[in-house]
Formats: sequence, structure tokens, C-alpha cells
Amino acid sequence: MNLMQLTLLEQAVFVLAALVLFLSFAMLAQARLLAGIHVFAWQGAVLAAATGLVAAGGAPHLFISAALTLALKALLIPWMLHRLVRRLELERHVEPLQHPALVLMAGAGLVIFSYWVVVPIERLELVTTRNILSLSLAVVLIGLLIMVTRRQAVTQVIGFMSMENGLFLAAVAATHGMPLVVELGVAFDVLVAAVLFGVFFLHINESIESLDVDRLNRLSAREDDT
Amino acid sequence: MNASAWLLVLLQALLFLLGAPLLVAWVKRVKARLQNRRGPALSQPYRDLYKLFGKETLVAHTASGVFRAAPYIVFASTLLACTIVPLLAARLPAAAVADVIVLVGFLALGRFFLALAGMDVGTAFGGMGSSREMLVSALAEPAMLLAVFTLAMTAHSTNLASVVDHQLASGLILRPSYLFALMGLVLVAVAETGRIPVDNPATHLELTMIHEAMILEYSGRHLALMEWAAQLKLMLYGVLIVNVFLPWGIATRITPAALGLGLAAVAGKLLLLGVLLAVAETGLAKMRLFRAPQFLNFALLLALLGLLSHVILETGA
Amino acid sequence: MPADFPLSLLLACAAVLLALGSAGSALGTGRVPGAKILMFLLLGGAGAAAVSAGLLALASPDAAVGELPLGLPWLPWRLRLDALAGFFLLVIGLVVMAVAVYGPGYVRDFEHGQDPLPVLGAFTGLFVVGMLLVVLADDAFLFMVAWELMSLSSYFLVAFQHEQAANRRAAFLYLLMAHVGALSILLGYGVLAAFGGGFAFDAMRAAQLSPLWGSVAFGLAFVGFGMKAGLVPMHAWLPEAHPAAPSHISALMSGVMLKVAVYGFIRFTFDLVGQLQWQWGVVVLVVGSLSALMGVLYALMQHDLKRLLAYHSVENIGIIFIGLGLGLVFLATGHPTAGVLGLIAALYHTLNHALFKSLLFLGAGAILHATHERDLERMGGLLRRMPWTGLFFLVGCISISALPPFNGFVSEWLTFQTALQSWLLEGGVLRSLIPIAAAVLALTGALAAACFVKVYGVAFLGRARSRRVRRARPVSRGMRLGQGFLATLCLLAGVFPTTLLQWLNAVPGQLLGRGLSEATAHGWLWLTPIAPQTASYSAPVVLLALALVWWLSATLLRRGRVRAVRRCDPWGCGFGSGLPGPRMQYTATAFAQPIRRVFGLLFHVDERVERDDAGLRHQLHVADRAWELFYAPVVRWVQAAARQVGRLQSGHIRVYLGWSLGTLLVLLWLIS
Repeated sequence: MNLMQLTLLEQAVFVLAALVLFLSFAMLAQARLLAGIHVFAWQGAVLAAATGLVAAGGAPHLFISAALTLALKALLIPWMLHRLVRRLELERHVEPLQHPALVLMAGAGLVIFSYWVVVPIERLELVTTRNILSLSLAVVLIGLLIMVTRRQAVTQVIGFMSMENGLFLAAVAATHGMPLVVELGVAFDVLVAAVLFGVFFLHINESIESLDVDRLNRLSAREDDT
Repeated sequence: MNASAWLLVLLQALLFLLGAPLLVAWVKRVKARLQNRRGPALSQPYRDLYKLFGKETLVAHTASGVFRAAPYIVFASTLLACTIVPLLAARLPAAAVADVIVLVGFLALGRFFLALAGMDVGTAFGGMGSSREMLVSALAEPAMLLAVFTLAMTAHSTNLASVVDHQLASGLILRPSYLFALMGLVLVAVAETGRIPVDNPATHLELTMIHEAMILEYSGRHLALMEWAAQLKLMLYGVLIVNVFLPWGIATRITPAALGLGLAAVAGKLLLLGVLLAVAETGLAKMRLFRAPQFLNFALLLALLGLLSHVILETGA
Repeated sequence: MPADFPLSLLLACAAVLLALGSAGSALGTGRVPGAKILMFLLLGGAGAAAVSAGLLALASPDAAVGELPLGLPWLPWRLRLDALAGFFLLVIGLVVMAVAVYGPGYVRDFEHGQDPLPVLGAFTGLFVVGMLLVVLADDAFLFMVAWELMSLSSYFLVAFQHEQAANRRAAFLYLLMAHVGALSILLGYGVLAAFGGGFAFDAMRAAQLSPLWGSVAFGLAFVGFGMKAGLVPMHAWLPEAHPAAPSHISALMSGVMLKVAVYGFIRFTFDLVGQLQWQWGVVVLVVGSLSALMGVLYALMQHDLKRLLAYHSVENIGIIFIGLGLGLVFLATGHPTAGVLGLIAALYHTLNHALFKSLLFLGAGAILHATHERDLERMGGLLRRMPWTGLFFLVGCISISALPPFNGFVSEWLTFQTALQSWLLEGGVLRSLIPIAAAVLALTGALAAACFVKVYGVAFLGRARSRRVRRARPVSRGMRLGQGFLATLCLLAGVFPTTLLQWLNAVPGQLLGRGLSEATAHGWLWLTPIAPQTASYSAPVVLLALALVWWLSATLLRRGRVRAVRRCDPWGCGFGSGLPGPRMQYTATAFAQPIRRVFGLLFHVDERVERDDAGLRHQLHVADRAWELFYAPVVRWVQAAARQVGRLQSGHIRVYLGWSLGTLLVLLWLIS
């Protein structure tokens, strides 16, 4: 496929999709908690812009999704996380990665892997779609990688949310969005999840005085005594 | 390949030689303004060079011939690297003599001798500077080559003139790969030209120096050549960034009007880049040496993403 | 010798005989005056004959074949000299010539020592005979005999200075690995012979292998030749064995013997196996990249000069195999031009590595000869004590660091150009993997430059760190001549790549039926591997321009009355009036410290600071991870197996006889 055959609008969608992937990497490498939240907010904003561009390209119902994404993922959820972090006094929390280079290269490996996985899906009519699909799969996988490599509960939530961003990107690119009802439902789910996470954090923090998930490895209170 | 084209190559080399101190002066000036200082005049680097060329040249007792040859090799290799880059016109014969990989090779040659010169006198600072410089460059070079490969794979050529031609011919295309390669190359350029946050060109503390530590023992015309080469290198990266990624305005025919337009375009783009550099340097603080690998790692990642997005998004299968 | 041999083959046979004669005359050294000179004269003659045979073979359109009246009754030893063999004869011959010029000065140390010179000379001659015969062999039998001759004679050369326990250990390890490798190669030939119906290479070429059996044969050959070539993780013997031998032998081993393994791999894969598969290329590419990177990183950590150079051989073999891997991928996917380019790049690097690595080993030998010092931490300022060796060593350093306009750059440039053809490929994954391999190559090149800044800066620049180094004397004229010969070749191979490529083109021309016609089509000035608009490089112009700018800046840019430089003290940071002492200089370990820290994950670093009465003691030990990851499990496994077998050892003689009886019965039953 040649990029020259696409309209400028589609090219812009490509660039934004690539930026979403890049922001996933930025989240993966980010040691500071607050900065991580900001990167997540930016990812939401770029995603919203990509959705808006797709909408402008002939799928007007996606404007609603774009607005929703912007409101929810770029503003509301980051704001909630931000407030949570302030309440838990984690503003200056830094969690450096053990081997940042290794983790980043693993992320790059995931990109190649997801491309390799998606290549056989020849039946999709548009090659465009498949290419963005592989990016979104990579975003999902990197989100999972963030959750694997991080110990901080808040960072894990960010990883989880960015996985959702990847799924959303796939939906927008592959099928010009899901039905509005589904989308609304998913958006609401994410919001509820964010609220629930917030509540959980408070409880975890109260009970173990930390958000380090590595300390949640004891299965019962009994073992705690031994 | 006619004579006028080769003359133009010489003219470009001359422009590089004359323009490089100006670019450095411009960055300094803008930076001073941003920090509420007046800053040196734009002619200051020229005066410095002129003065240094007239000064007596001191060489340490312990230095060997490598120390005395290094300034000339560094200067020559940097200048040759400059002649390859399209400054005013796109289709120049010098690009056929040496492609972009050779350009990286020229820079590596200069650096090799610069680092050797640092170790030649036998003081602690020189060795320290050389060791650090080789670390930074070892990490920066793969990132630079990856970024360049993205361009080369798009244009199916490593000839810089062909790359620029390909860019001009295909018109405005938003390529995600170019975006990443550009960002990666910018980070590499910052590291390789010894700017903040990797190195501080204005430092006076030996322990924090990289580039300055290697040329600590130089004086007179040797120092002038080393300084000039460093200025050339900054301009080289600047032109590489603005003319390869955003080549619009560059002359495709050798006529006075087209060349004038090319000169105006590249001057404007470089001045803008200089402002951006000054702003970035004002806002950032120098990193610890062992943060620099992370910085360059990020550059490598960007270049890699550029390559991957080229393969995944732009060519498909 | 039959009279119907073509001239090139006659010359090659003459080279073998001359080398044999050199081995023979070595036996007289110490007793007969002039035997030493004769020995090296014959060795040099062997080298010259090999070079001329190689050039003739590269120039002639088809292979020269001959049969020796030796060997088994049903399988006489057959020789075949085609372009590929000719190229490797050329490589061997050039280095042997340089070593023959260098040798007489270097072995002077051994004449009055306890190490016997006749042994050294005899095994050197046999070693060269072995290498020449491997390249000339046209059947697996002669190939393996010559291979063993090469391995065994080099074992004795490694064990030459056997008073040191470390050398004995290195030699044993070398022998062990060489034989495991040889076994693997033998099995690989066995697979081909089973399908081809004979051990002659012609029969193997005609064999039709299923993809599975082809892959098995390829895998066996790759392991076998890779072990000899020193690919990671099978490289562990190399940095032990190469430094243990006398320096001119190290030059032969690193510069040439590893190349013979490369020859074997090319012969096996590109010539004998037949149908290529791209998966093989990926394996070779990955292993090659890994070898290149690990080799250079471990080299950076060394401060024993010869060990460091040995690790660099691992790196350069990796680069050669990157080229071969790229060639395999492109050839197997039906892109012959790019595939041929990959093969050419690998061959070019083979020649280059032979030249500059031999040069560097000879330089290390010269330092060893003059100062009896191999440890970089005790060197310094040698450039002023030994200016010619310093100059030639600098040429070697620039070449191996892949800097223009010397030869190392050309071959890396060709490898990069091959990698950049990856847009031709169908699979997106391959297309993204190959540029990553190119990035690894770039990282390797930059790290190699760092390493050789370290070597040259610490050994030749600065100030002497020990008394013996401060009093070093220049080496003899012959030793300088040997180095100068190789240094000149390094420059020539860097400046006239197109001319060289014209000769090299014959190799893929005969092997694969096509060369790079475009590469040399634009005159000797231009190197254009694919097409002029894709990439071009003009090394002569580059050299000329460098010299011109140098000259102009040296003459034009002077102003003022003071022309001469004035000598002064270096900047001592304001402390005292005298010079800061030599111990203030950066050491080799200090130079590599940032890199050790950044890539710390890949090494086994044991760093301790201990405080005792005398003050602080800093201890640093960097070990090769390959030992714990690869060799330790194998050793454990072998030991466990040995314990199982050990149960048979009861100590009662009648039980042993019982086992023999049982074995005999089983065997008789099997053949009945």
C-alpha cells in the first residue's frame, strides 16, 4: 500500500495512531507517577483527535465518541487519578524501572509481534485498517506490559486504561466505531472502573499503608503472622 | 556533472564555513535574551576565531604527533561531511561521492581523532572527556543510523540528494515514520553537538565537561580549528534536519533566483531552529552523565518506532 | 605430481610443498646455521605462491581440478581451485607473507629461551599446510584430514609456552572445542554424503535434499564451523587460545584460521547444500548480530591487549556472518542482486579482517617483544618510543573501527547497503528485523571505535605507566616491514574498493552464476553496489578531499608571526608546578567504566571495595556470561552423565570382561 494514495485526512489519522503508540511507550518508560498520568491524558486527547478526524472523513456519528473520549479519557479520569494521587500524597512518587532499555526493547518487540500476528488477516478489505489494527494491538499489549513491569497500583491502572485506549483505536479504525450504545456502555464502564479503583486504592492504602502491589502477595492473614 | 555544479559545491562549503559561527552566535544571543541578558554580538565568534588564528600555539611536552594532527583531521572530516548535505540546491554531485552512511563515517572519523587527542597529553581530564564522548557517541550512532535508514528506505536510496528529491517529488505527505525519525534525529543532534541537556558548551568546571575536556589542552590555531569544527557540526545537524525533513524552498535548478530562494529558505529555517534550540536549552538542565544513556535510549526508541511505523503503516505487505 | 595440472593449481601445490619444506627446515634450526632464515624464506615463498595461485584462480573463468596420487583407493584426494578457494588462498597467502617477514625478528626471543624453536617452526609450517589443503580440498575426506591437521598443529602452537598453567588450560579447551566442532562438521558432511552417494563434493552438489534434511545438514555445519569461527555462544575458547600463542601465530589464527572456518561455511551452505531457505539466513543473522555485539562489549572490558584483540575477532566474525545471513535471506527469497551483495560484503570483510587483525596482532607482538608487556594498564606513550609500530597500529585501529577512507569502512558500508535492500522483501517482520540488525551493526561499529580509542590512547599516547615501557626500543626492520606491508594493504583495500570488487565478483559469479555487474560498471572511481542513484561511494575522491582540506587549512589559516608551536606543561588544574604524574591518567579500565555501567546487565561484574590497614583496595572482575549460561550447564550435564557411566566401573576385572563379552554378543547379533 502506498501512503500517497491516501487523502491527507487519512494520513493524519495514521500519524495520530502512531502517536498513540508512541505515548504508550512514553508511559512505559515514565518513572514519575504524575507525569505518567499526564501522558495518559495526552493519549486520550490524541485518541479523541484521531476519532474526530475519522468522523470528519465521513462517519459523523463518531463525533460523539470523540467528544466522549476527550471528556472522559483526557480530562475526567486523569483528573480523578490526579486528585487521588494528591490525596494519597504520592505527588513526588518516583518508581524507576529496573532495566528501562530492556523494557523499551521488549515493547518494540511487542510491536513487531503484533504486526506479525495481524499480517495473516488478509480477508480485511482495507490494508489501511489492518495496519492500524496492528498498532492498536501493540497498544493493548504494551498496556499489559506496563501492568507487568510496575509495582505501583496507580501505574497499573494507567496501564489498564491504556489497554482500553488500544481497543478503542482498533474499533474506530477497523469498523468506524462501535454502535453508539455499546460505546456509551464501554465509556461508562471505564468511568465506573476508575471510580472503583479509586475506592480500592484508599482501602489498600489504609490496610497495608502502601500501594505497592508486590506487598499483596500474601493470600491470607494467617500467613502474615508466620 | 558539470563545472557549475561543482562550483556550487564549493560555494556551499564556503557558506557552511561562514554560516556556522553565525548560527552559534545566534543561539547564544537568543538564549541570552531569554535569560534577560544582552548577550554577545553576532560577530563575536568570528572575532574569536580571528584572534585564535593569530595567537601562539602551545603544545604540551607530553603530546605526540597525533595531538598536532588531530585538529586538521577533525576539521577536514567535519567540513567534508558538510559538503555532502544539500544546503542550497538539491541535486549536487558531492552527494554521489559520499552517501549518508559515509557522512556518519566522517563524523566518526573526526570523533575518533578528537578522543585520541584528548588522551594524548596524559592528564586525567582528557581521558575523562574521551571516555564520555565515546560512550555518548556509541549510543547516538545507532539511533542516527536508524533514523537515516527510515529516510533511506522510504526513498530507496542513501544518497542525500535522492532523498531530498524524493521528498520534493512526493509533495506533502504526513508520514508518521518521518515524525519519529525527526524527533530521534533531533535528540541525537543535541547529544552529538554537545548541547544541554547532555553536555554544556558553556561550562567551566572540568569535571562536568565532555567536549571541552577533550580540547582543554588546545590553544591558538589548533583550538580555532577545533572550535570551528564544532560550530560546523552544529550547523551540519541543523541543515540535515531542516533540509532533509522539510526541504521546501531548496533549489532544484541552478539559477540565481532559485539559489537565492534556497539561501533565504534555509537561513530562515535555521534561524527558527536556533530559536527552538535556545528555548529548549533555557528550559532544561544538564543531566548527570549516567542519565545520558536513557536520553539516547529514548532517541533510539524513537528512531526504531520510525522504522517500524514505516514498515507497518506505510508500506504494508 | 601430474603434469596436466593447470598453472593455478600447480602454484597452489607449490605453496603447500613450500610450507611443508618450511616445516622440515625448522627441524634444523638451532643446529644448522641459516635454517631459521630458510624456514621463513620458504614460508614467505608459500605465501607468495598462494597469493599468485589465488589471483590466477580469481582471474580464470572456471575451476581448476586435479587429483593427487594419495588418499584411499576408492577415494583419491581431489583438489579443486575455483574462485572461492582462490580468494581464500589469497587471504591466507597475504597474511602468511607478512608473518614470514615479521617472524625472524620476533622469534629471536625464543632462540635462547627454553621453548624449542624447531617445534614452533615445524608446527607453523604444518598449520599453514593444513589451512591451504582445507581450501583446496574437493572431497569431504581430504577436507576433514586437512581440517584436523590445521586444528592439531594449532593446538601445539597454542600450547607452545606450556610452562604457564593458563596456556595449558587454554590449549586443552581449544582442542576440546575444535573436536566437538569437527564432529559436527563430519556429521553434516555425512548427511550430504548419504544423499549424494559419495564423499566427493561433486556428488554432494548433485544431491537432492528434502528441506528437513537440508536444515539438519545446515544446522550441523553451522554449529561446527561456527565453533571454529568463534560465534557466540561457542566463542569461549577463542579469547583463551589466541592470546596464548606467540604473537605471529595469533595473527595467523585470528587473521586466517577463523577465515578458513568462514570458507568452510560458505562452501557448505552456498555451494554444497543446494536449495537455500530463508530461515537459515535469519538464524545466521541473529547469531552474527549477537556475536558482533557481545564480542565488542567483552573486548571493551579487557585490558590484556591480546585478549582484547581476540574478542574483537569474535566481533568481526559476527559482522562477516551478518553479511552472510543477509545474503542467505535475500538469495532464498529470490532477490539475487541483494543476495550477491551480502555475500560480497562478507567476503570483503573477510579480507579486511584478515589484514587488519593480523596487523594489530603483529603490533601487539612488537609491543610484547619490546616491553614484555601485554597489560594495557602498564603501557603508555609508546608512540614516541616506537614511531613506526605506532603508525601502523594506528592504521589498524582506524581500519577495524570502520572509519573512512580505510578498508573496514568499505565492507561495513556494503553490509549496510545490503541491509537497506530489505524493502524488497515480502514479509513485514523480516523487513523490520533486518534494519534492526543493521542498527546492531552500527552500535558495534561505534563501540569498536570506542574500544580502539581506548587501546591506542592508553598504549601509544599519554605517558608511560611502567619502567619497562618507558625504556622500550624500536623493533627490528623485518618486524616493521611485516606490519607496514599489511598497513599498506589496509589503505589500498580502503581506497580502491571497486578494483578489488572486480576481482571479488568472480566468486559469486562461479558460485551462484552471477556477480554484481552494476557495482563496477562506472569506473574504478565509483563504487555503486546496486545502482548509482541508490548509493555510491568514491573512496579515492574522499581521500583526496581529506588531504586537500588538511593541506589548505594547514597553509591558509595561519595568521601572525608565530608559526612554530611552543612546548609547555599540560594543565594541572592549578595544583603545584610540576606535571601531574602518569598515574593520574585515565586507565583502560577507567575508560571503559561508563560502558561497563550502561551495559552492566550483559556482564558478570564483580566489583568490590575493601578497606584494610593499607587503605582502600578496589577489585574488579568482569567475566563472560557465556560461561554460566552456556558452558556451566553443559559441564554439569556431562559430569552427571559421567557419574552414571561411572557406575560401570566396579573395579573387578571379571565384571569388565563380562561387559566385553556382552558387547561382543550384541555386535555379532547385529551384523548377522
